[in-house]
Amino acid sequence: MSQRDDDHGGDGVSRRHALECMIWAGTGVLWTVAGGVPVSRAFLGTAQAAETTGFSFVQISDSHVGFNKPANPHADTTLMEAIGKVKAIPGKPAFMIHTGDITHLSKPAEFDAANQLIGGAGLDVHYVPGEHDLVDEGAGKAYLERYGKNAKGAGWYSFDQSGVHFVGLVNVVGLKAGGMGSLGAEQLAWLADDLKAQSDSTPIIVFAHIPLYALYPQWGWGTDDGDQALSLLKRFGSVTVLNGHIHQLMQKVEGNVTFHTARSTAFPQPEPGKAASPGPLLVPAEKLRGLLGVRNVLYTPGQASLAVTDTALADA
Amino acid sequence: MISRRLLIMSALTLAIAGSARAGEATTATVVKIENFTFNPAELTIKPGTTVTFENADDIPHSVVEKMAKFKSKPLDTGDKFTMTFTDIGEIDYFCGFHPHMVGKIIVK
Repeated sequence: MSQRDDDHGGDGVSRRHALECMIWAGTGVLWTVAGGVPVSRAFLGTAQAAETTGFSFVQISDSHVGFNKPANPHADTTLMEAIGKVKAIPGKPAFMIHTGDITHLSKPAEFDAANQLIGGAGLDVHYVPGEHDLVDEGAGKAYLERYGKNAKGAGWYSFDQSGVHFVGLVNVVGLKAGGMGSLGAEQLAWLADDLKAQSDSTPIIVFAHIPLYALYPQWGWGTDDGDQALSLLKRFGSVTVLNGHIHQLMQKVEGNVTFHTARSTAFPQPEPGKAASPGPLLVPAEKLRGLLGVRNVLYTPGQASLAVTDTALADA
Repeated sequence: MISRRLLIMSALTLAIAGSARAGEATTATVVKIENFTFNPAELTIKPGTTVTFENADDIPHSVVEKMAKFKSKPLDTGDKFTMTFTDIGEIDYFCGFHPHMVGKIIVK
């Protein structure tokens, strides 16, 4: 637990200055939250034992199947290793979510390979697209044909699991010049309607590709109309927002909402502003698997609490 | 409000201009896409100039006119998109996948 940010090679102090209310978590750090407030490690011990009456689910993100550049020439291999980590999670997770950039270039062969590798976990998977999944000629047609059967619009949907309401949002469609991610009026209207049926005490878990808040606008890391979605979520006691896109762990708590970005299974990206661009971060080969990983989220009924565990591929 | 007919006409004009018949372009120049920026971000050219957009990043990008009057295919690393600009005016464009990436072509 002593290792924090060493893999990023950055200075923790200056980072804190740059990103005041964000908490960085390094390789293998475990933490829990209850209704947006961190809780004790004793609880985590309980969670880890998986002797609960709740359920857990897995988040993987940014698998970029087809990526073969120097930052990771074998994105398929690291995805396979990630699925190995998923299979090793104690207690069977109820399902998996994938927060986008399944493929690198939306090629049919990439989608096929991703399905085969991810299918190895033997879990139902709920997807939302990343911008890399909409690179086909039909600008997302291939994605929707494969994953959009029960979705609305560009691929958004909701479902319920044991008293928790899950909402998958799409913020990589209809992007405007000079902007960031976008949900659009149609999706926001659907979200308002979808949430109407939920009571204030229902735990809400929202997942999308790009962060919903302006995490680092200089690199487009945010969603232009994300605030409108968040205002619809204000009345709920417990809201958790899970996303990918930035290929690194970051946590932010704002009122009733806890935001968690996930690691990629393919390649890391630099910390905000710490490189010339947000492109793939080339690290020494022995460091790579410390920066890639999977996430397990445990929900315990009656406590509206979530235990979030991030496991790096390098972790034992 | 631009009429539908006018939009279709301008799209056709651009499509023809974009086909870049050999020998017709008076000059040629390059916009390099690197580090999630268009370089140069603002380019002034003469009418008839052919501009080649070349992606040097490890991530795919695209070139999309602000009002989607023209749009490149996704450009993977090393891919190029060529366009000849015949009409005087300013063209604002962005990357369809990373819209914070913007650029401008000034034809005069």
